[in-house]
Amino acid sequence: MKVKVIVTLKNGVLDPQGKAIQQTLNGMTFDNVSEVRQGKYFEIEVNENNESKAKSQVEEMCKKLLANLVIEDFKIL
Amino acid sequence: MKSSVIIFPGSNCDRDMDVALRKFGFKNQMVWHNDAEIPKSDLIVLPGGFSYGDYLRCGSIAGKSKIIKSVIDFANSGGLVLGICNGFQILTETGLLPGILQQNKYLNFICKNVFVKIKNKENKYFKKIKKEVLELHIAHNEGNYFCSSNELKSIEDNGQIAVTYCDHKGIEDEKNNPNGALKNIAGIFNKDKNILGMMPHPERMIDPFLSGEDGSIFFKTLIESL
Repeated sequence: MKVKVIVTLKNGVLDPQGKAIQQTLNGMTFDNVSEVRQGKYFEIEVNENNESKAKSQVEEMCKKLLANLVIEDFKIL
Repeated sequence: MKSSVIIFPGSNCDRDMDVALRKFGFKNQMVWHNDAEIPKSDLIVLPGGFSYGDYLRCGSIAGKSKIIKSVIDFANSGGLVLGICNGFQILTETGLLPGILQQNKYLNFICKNVFVKIKNKENKYFKKIKKEVLELHIAHNEGNYFCSSNELKSIEDNGQIAVTYCDHKGIEDEKNNPNGALKNIAGIFNKDKNILGMMPHPERMIDPFLSGEDGSIFFKTLIESL
């Protein structure tokens, strides 16, 4: 089954790319954008039919590789 | 003294490091990332570059490569491990050093000479260096050191800050912080001070005609300390 994961920066961690995107949007016609935070999205095909087993495996993957828990949080969708 | 430089796909400072180590008397050997074991060494170096194309996060893929288990075992048994630039990023991704190197604050790739202040000389890397400030070269896009406030307190209390960005007189202020690093941190140790990760490249400062020679001081005194 396919498991989807979103990795985002923790609150309070500087996101210079998000800031640059926000400023660019403000400079276009979107001047009501007050903040942009950029993250990562993964689609992981796991050879496992049991949903809870697959998700718990993906959780391990997130902790060990996909996210760096010093600055990032992850959410399994 | 024997040293080993680990080469990852995308490393690009491995040859410079080899030249520097040999110039100051190390018997250096190059070790491929896919090898399982590291030959007997007094020092292991993780060189600069862009291991695995900086995919996912800088140093994250190299931090799980086949050779890394041997590096971790060597480090945990007290062996000297030096990570320069991407090597520093790899050390934080393995968990051998605390914190992480984030993208530079102003989103620019920085390539220039900087001054760094030595913050702790009670270790094999710096104990024989007489100078307080070294002029070294940096070249990176992700050198903005970050850690949680609890972690920062712990590394300060344990004397783990190795070098900080400063001016030629050793003044550490925001003006002399090239990348937004927390507390101007350019390099840190682990608790036992046998592992050093730093963004500046000493191997680029070993030729009196092409650069400064503060990198020469680093390697010359390092081999004397071993």
